[in-house]
Amino acid sequence: MASVSSRRLRKELSEIHVEGCPCGIKLISADDFETWFFSIEVLGESLYQGEVFNLMFRFDANYPISSPAVQFVVDKDHQAPIHPHVYSNGHICASILGTEWSPVLSVTAVCVTLQSMLASCKAKERPVDNDRYVRTAPDNPKKTRFQYHGETIRSHATQENVS
Amino acid sequence: MSSDYEYSDEDVDYYDDEDEDMLSPQDDDSDPSDEEMDMDTFGDDFKVPQRAARKSYEVEHESLPQAAVVKLKAADIEHISGIFGVDASTASLLLRYMNWNKERLIEKYMDNASAVSVAAGISPPPKAPASSSAAGPERSQGTSSGARSAPAPKPEPFVCPICFDDSQTAFSALSCDHRFCAGCWNAYITSKIREEGEHAIRCMAEGCSTIAPDPFIHTALGAGSATRERFNELLVRHFVSSNPNLKYCPYPSCTYTVSCPAAASKSALTTIVPTVICGADATPPHKFCFGCAIDSDHRPVICGVAKMWLKKCRDDSETANWIKSNTKECAKCQSTIEKNGGCNHMTCKKCKHEFCWVCMGPWSEHGTAWYSCNRYDEKAGVDARDAQSRSRVSLERYLHYYNRWANHEQSAKLSLELYNKTEKKMEEMQITSELTWIEVQFMKKAVDEVEKCRMTLKWTYAMAYYLEKSNEKELFEDNQRDLEQAVEELSELLESPIDADAISTLRQKVTDKAVYVSKRNEIMLEDTAKGFLEGRWTWNVSVEGFD
Repeated sequence: MASVSSRRLRKELSEIHVEGCPCGIKLISADDFETWFFSIEVLGESLYQGEVFNLMFRFDANYPISSPAVQFVVDKDHQAPIHPHVYSNGHICASILGTEWSPVLSVTAVCVTLQSMLASCKAKERPVDNDRYVRTAPDNPKKTRFQYHGETIRSHATQENVS
Repeated sequence: MSSDYEYSDEDVDYYDDEDEDMLSPQDDDSDPSDEEMDMDTFGDDFKVPQRAARKSYEVEHESLPQAAVVKLKAADIEHISGIFGVDASTASLLLRYMNWNKERLIEKYMDNASAVSVAAGISPPPKAPASSSAAGPERSQGTSSGARSAPAPKPEPFVCPICFDDSQTAFSALSCDHRFCAGCWNAYITSKIREEGEHAIRCMAEGCSTIAPDPFIHTALGAGSATRERFNELLVRHFVSSNPNLKYCPYPSCTYTVSCPAAASKSALTTIVPTVICGADATPPHKFCFGCAIDSDHRPVICGVAKMWLKKCRDDSETANWIKSNTKECAKCQSTIEKNGGCNHMTCKKCKHEFCWVCMGPWSEHGTAWYSCNRYDEKAGVDARDAQSRSRVSLERYLHYYNRWANHEQSAKLSLELYNKTEKKMEEMQITSELTWIEVQFMKKAVDEVEKCRMTLKWTYAMAYYLEKSNEKELFEDNQRDLEQAVEELSELLESPIDADAISTLRQKVTDKAVYVSKRNEIMLEDTAKGFLEGRWTWNVSVEGFD
């Protein structure tokens, strides 16, 4: 029954191999149809000049009906960008990963959206509720119910108690 | 107590007729207007019950089984579809968008039909000419086979942009013409309904706000699927929750809906207590308040006051009040101390501070005056005492009402226990004596009556607590006293020993008393309800909806 999600991911992958990723985005690994890694950097004038971040995509069997779980990789080699909608644990508060997700969006489309989110950043700062959120955040960002404010990507996290 | 016969005469004839339905205390008294209580109007038809002589503490309402609600919903849809000249699925989307507010929908639609259609997700925004607003969804729901075949001139294979399956040529689309395969539609719609409980299902395309009309969803899900049932249920649920005249019966797994237009507005709740009974054939009947979340009959007091009282009882505020009235703090270590006896020379157990309970000053200043405090009348001492006694008075006042409130609740429970014990006894008597089952039923009837009246009494104490002192309140309390006295007398009769020889006398006494009690209850409820309608009651606090 892995058919739809794996067929779809196989197709996306072959498209990436044939057409390549959009500028500034590179596929690092896609060994299975569960977890993919990309590197992402903002080209041109921006606050993140010269910085490269890694993105992790996790897919469940309902992809693309349900959105992928997307976050920045945070480990000894990688940091999450300092951005008002990116928490220091790598979780991203973007409405297209939640309520605004549409099954026609693809992995590269998400990368491009996040790239432009970084490119348009005016001030490098953490979300106001960063400390509180990171302390209690679930492992999977999809379990957080973000509240999106104003523009499509504005947000603050509210913790949903998943017991 | 049993010497109270003043009300018996007029009712004797009635009680001789023991064939009456003994289980329904509401039918007890001989008031002919009681016929209206018959719940004969709960069929599928919507005839308005004829309640010519409705009592002022009762509210007109109607219980609707599930099928009737579905019919009501269909009637609304048909009405709109007739007025606008659109098909039923479009009318349904329009109504859902407007939360089933027909008047507002008509007004808005007449003003700008295409804008409303776009906002309701019926037609895609700009490209569509305004005239297509009504005909919009017809394209997608015209074919009942669900997956609409690609237009004839283009037999090219269709690749679904979601699953990338290129082996099929069939697809379906909403009026926005975003095409997806049947499998993806099914998976998407199922997840929306099952996981999110969503009835307004948007097109899968990014940023597209077209909403799938009912027939589209039905065909996408296929006949007889559980999800399809769930979808229809969600629609009915949305209809009921949007409609202020309707409320689901709150009893677990009850499927009835009650319609009570009289209590639909917030302002109506300052003058009536909309206690309603749903049509489910249950014992005891499903009785609940249409106006608030209290799941019992809280007559005669209105929702706002009942809520306030329950909140007060739940709050810790009175515990704090008690501590304030009964304790003082050690001047040195601030430990809370309750004085439960002895003289005024206090020694704090914790820090060994010695002080005077009356003036709170250190004991060393009192010299040898062990039993009196000569600093008693100093201003600081007087003020402290005043504040304390004020808080004590308010606590006492609250406790006065609370104790009576709680007592009636407790007694109602106890009398049911008593009944169970008595019933056993009666069953034995039935075997040993010549009494028939029907003849020993008077106890049950009386216990029911006592329980009902205790509930009334209980809530009258909540009401009295908030009533401003006035002549009206005095009349209210007179009624309350009369009812309480009668209930206690009947209660006592129920406790009296039963033996076979005296049973007919006891039965007479109990039935007579029950009738009297029922009358007093009637008066209590009737007069209080009238008082609300006439605006007779004034409150000692500000109550929602009153000036």
